[in-house]
Amino acid sequence: MIKKCKKCIEFLADYLEGELPEDQAAEFEMHLNLCPPCREYLNSYRETIKLTRKCMCDHPEHEDDCKSPPQMPESLVQAIIKACKSKDE
Amino acid sequence: MTERRTRPRLNLCRHEDRLLRYRQMNRSYTDETVLVTGLRDGDEAAYEYLVREHGGRLLSVIRRILRNEDESADALQDTFIAAFKNIDRFEGAAKLTTWLHQIAVNAALMKLRKKRNIHERSVEDLLPQFLDDGHRADVGPTWTLTADQVAEQAELTGVVHEQIAALPDQYREVIVLRDIEQVSTDEAAQVLNITPGALKVRLHRARQALRKLLEPHMAGEKSA
Repeated sequence: MIKKCKKCIEFLADYLEGELPEDQAAEFEMHLNLCPPCREYLNSYRETIKLTRKCMCDHPEHEDDCKSPPQMPESLVQAIIKACKSKDE
Repeated sequence: MTERRTRPRLNLCRHEDRLLRYRQMNRSYTDETVLVTGLRDGDEAAYEYLVREHGGRLLSVIRRILRNEDESADALQDTFIAAFKNIDRFEGAAKLTTWLHQIAVNAALMKLRKKRNIHERSVEDLLPQFLDDGHRADVGPTWTLTADQVAEQAELTGVVHEQIAALPDQYREVIVLRDIEQVSTDEAAQVLNITPGALKVRLHRARQALRKLLEPHMAGEKSA
């Protein structure tokens, strides 16, 4: 039975991933209903995940959210190839 | 035994040659297995394909974190050098784009850490504290700002980058893979060479530590 905040916070990640067994998820939600600090913690934990994602949104798999990538200056392409070659030698 | 390809000689002086060769490369290297084999063989054409094909996207990610052209170019160079150096460790657990992306994000965050003189924080000090009866001992302020509101403010976005950069390597890496790259638990565990269970524990601790680091900025004082 999840009666304490410590246990609740321990299960938080699994709850958000939908990996808690049904009975434990129900107990988790019951604890949240009775405990405003844990509700607040859950909210801020969820926002942390969203924030991390949003602040780094340029990703090839999520092009809809992002602007198209810039063209690389040819000078930079050549500099990188040269640097990689010299490290390789 | 893998057949070793003859390394094509590139004449990098002539623009037309370069474009022609690049188009020829495109045909074979769109297959990731062929590309990775080429990189492992030290094939210069594969190197160039990788830089041209992925450089723009990686530069965009790095610029977002560093906001400085010269430093971004340096971090991009570091990214490709690290990628070529470690290509033998790429086991295909994640896609090549994902693997490259996490190297780029880590390179940019490390440069940011150095530039801003950000000190690494101990995760232990950032985990929630509990009373003997199991209740929270350190209930902080209510978060009044949402992730959407923060993402619209360059100053606060910079704070998020700095706080991620302050995490110890093993915790930063797991955040980059799972929450930024959104790689599955099993794939991320393979990339980091740990068990899925250990990855979950590390990720939970990393998120809790980052939550604590962001807390002072999320109470909304700065938006008033």
